[in-house]
Amino acid sequence: MAFESLSERLQGILKRLRGKGKLSPQDVEAATKEVKIALLEADVNFKVVKDFIARVKERATGAEVMESLTPAQQVIKIVHSELTALLGGVNQRLSVASRPPSVYVLMGLQGSGKTTTCAKLGRLLSRQGRRPILVAADLARPAAVKQLEVLANNLGLPSFADQTAKDPVAVSEAAVADAVKRGIDAVLIDTAGRLHIDDELMEELKALVDRVHPTERLLVVDSMMGQDAVKVAEIFADRIGIDGLIMTKLDGDARGGAALSVKAVTGVPIKFVGMGEHPDALEPFYPDRMASRILGMGDVLTLIEKAERTISEREARELERKIRENEFTLEDFLGELKRLKNMGPLDQLLGMIPGFGKIKELGSFDVGERELSRIEAIISSMTREERRKPWIIDGSRRKRIAMGSGTRIQDVNRLLRQYWEIDRMMKQFGGKKGSRKKGVFRGFPSPFGNA
Amino acid sequence: MLKGDSGITGTFGVLSRITRGLTKTRTGLSNALRGILGQTSRLDEEALARIEEVLIQADVGATTTAKLVDLLSSKMTGAHSKTSANDLYSRIVSVLSEEITRILGENPGLLLTSGVNVILMVGVNGSGKTTTAAKLAYLLKNENRRVILAAADTFRAAAIEQLEAWGKKVGVPVIKHKEGSDPAAVIYDAVMAAKSRSVDVVVADTAGRLHTKSNLMEELKKCRRVANREVKEAPQEVLLVLDATTGQNALQQARVFKDAVGVTGVILTKLDGTAKGGVVVSVREETGLPIKFVGTGEGIEDLSPFDASAFARSLFDGV
Ligand SMILES: Nc1nc2c(ncn2[C@@H]2O[C@H](COP(=O)(O)OP(=O)(O)OP(=O)(O)O)[C@@H](O)[C@H]2O)c(=O)[nH]1
Ligand SMILES: [Mg+2]
Repeated sequence: MAFESLSERLQGILKRLRGKGKLSPQDVEAATKEVKIALLEADVNFKVVKDFIARVKERATGAEVMESLTPAQQVIKIVHSELTALLGGVNQRLSVASRPPSVYVLMGLQGSGKTTTCAKLGRLLSRQGRRPILVAADLARPAAVKQLEVLANNLGLPSFADQTAKDPVAVSEAAVADAVKRGIDAVLIDTAGRLHIDDELMEELKALVDRVHPTERLLVVDSMMGQDAVKVAEIFADRIGIDGLIMTKLDGDARGGAALSVKAVTGVPIKFVGMGEHPDALEPFYPDRMASRILGMGDVLTLIEKAERTISEREARELERKIRENEFTLEDFLGELKRLKNMGPLDQLLGMIPGFGKIKELGSFDVGERELSRIEAIISSMTREERRKPWIIDGSRRKRIAMGSGTRIQDVNRLLRQYWEIDRMMKQFGGKKGSRKKGVFRGFPSPFGNA
Repeated sequence: MLKGDSGITGTFGVLSRITRGLTKTRTGLSNALRGILGQTSRLDEEALARIEEVLIQADVGATTTAKLVDLLSSKMTGAHSKTSANDLYSRIVSVLSEEITRILGENPGLLLTSGVNVILMVGVNGSGKTTTAAKLAYLLKNENRRVILAAADTFRAAAIEQLEAWGKKVGVPVIKHKEGSDPAAVIYDAVMAAKSRSVDVVVADTAGRLHTKSNLMEELKKCRRVANREVKEAPQEVLLVLDATTGQNALQQARVFKDAVGVTGVILTKLDGTAKGGVVVSVREETGLPIKFVGTGEGIEDLSPFDASAFARSLFDGV
């Protein structure tokens, strides 16, 4: 798709800036134009984009370009942190009524995923030791009541479903009254999908809400939504009120700009995200992950920050030189592994780099404490020469190294394989036409292309 | 090949319904573009930026919008002096909607053959496949074709019951298996039933699936193969049901579904809301898939042939 990588495009624009100390207004103008396009392509509402860009401009103009980052990285960092802030607080929980039962009303457009989400939420609450009931108040769509009933049965949850009922307000009221009697502490009401501009149905929902006094009114939003998400959220907020947002269908490849749009216009926290059709696929919302997703860059930012903390500028430069001169040795390999261990599980880390998640061999890079000491033992059983020129390690050397380190020959083989793999990846990502760049993730392939 | 007339005419006031669908949200609202342009009579940077916003807001997407705006400014050079705000406004709308209409191309309607036809309804979760399958069955039935519905969504809870309820309402038989059974087997049975009862069209509802799930896409391919094994031309139509509220991801949906199961056309649903569905312009341009119908409500009659020029103009209507 046209939108390959925001970071690459920024990299291109801000190339001239290397070595300059500050971002000038012109640089920022050029860079934010790219950011704007990226956000629009991610379906963030254009008004939200406008405000957002204004804020980013203000922060970026005159900002020091940190020595450890390229200007492009600096801009991305600012954009990302603003985006994360805007997407809101970490992992907001559902509120609980002081006097049970808590009542949660799920509402939204047709096809946004309310019924499935209702079941998932029931599942989640029951796993937290609460006693939920699923209430079928979608009496409009054919077989919606049945659908909720089946889902509840499959999950072993109670349901309040009457296929002959006609009035969703009456059903909901009855369900709440019933819950009080049965000692149920969470009533989840699945309402019919409706258009925000359908007066009659919005009035009906208003009446429902007025009668059951929900603990939370949850707007369920399809994460594939485009520009219209803002209007929908505004009108629901205005006419009904919203206490929390749930974004669905995030297991696809939508950028999910709608999340930002609805959050920005309602100011209401995003509480959960739907990550699949399975009843367990409801997860807490993480603003930083969402920000990265909207920008289309994996968890690159987390990576920048981790790398910043772990690798000193000097070390990075040295390593860069080594890679450039093809001097990446087994000693460096060991050093990198140790560093990476401080940053978290390697596979997870590499998984954050766009494109890397797909590399299958990653499984074999899972470096635990024990694995690391084994690797250390193996490498220290090598001669200086072997560490610098791993290609000379033949069968008999391998046997000797295994003996010396108290490991098996397979362990030595595996280590060498891993070394070659990383060496290969570094060369591959090391930049085109022989030029080597200073990666964010220095020792490792840079997700940012050439700086 | 026998061209179905469902694309162009209908026995029950199709045209009035399109306009009804498209004007519903328009009434009483000011014209977005006119409002935005105010009394400007010059196509300056400011005006172009506003036009860009209108297109973006209609989900036309940044890339296509940029192209359209470029075209507009090249076509309208020299037009800025001595025009009134009204003239300028109408010229802009006509230039842009002409271009969009051109991109959207002809609506070939349903391309049905003689003998048994199979129409597969495909799309992501919740886009409106089941409802649209029923609407389509109704439309075809009203054209005096013999229709059956096939309940090939065997996955979602109560999906079969949902289609059955529609079948009753439309007055067409529904071929079904148990929940959890093989959807391809349902298609097979439906085609067999169609053959023996000399049915013209099997409209098959399938389970919603995200295009990123390759195993589920394989399942759809199998449905396709089974239909094709039993009837040489089948499936005559594979219709991608797109929700008009969808943003740029629709493009990805169209690409992947087309590659996987040979989509032949798009149905744009939920145009009765405030979303404009502008992403179909890029869908058409990039994948070549024609938009065949639009859904404008939850009722059985709320399906109309897609009219490119009405659609193009509607992108500039009240917000
Ligand atoms: N307003 C409006 N609602 C529609 C339209 N088409 C479908 N719907 C509604 O959208 C919701 C989902 O429609 P379905 O037909 O069940 O969608 P689906 O694609 O079959 O859903 P899954 O099978 O769950 O993937 C229902 O509430 C429909 O009534 C339309 O054109 N306008
Ligand atoms: Mg369905």
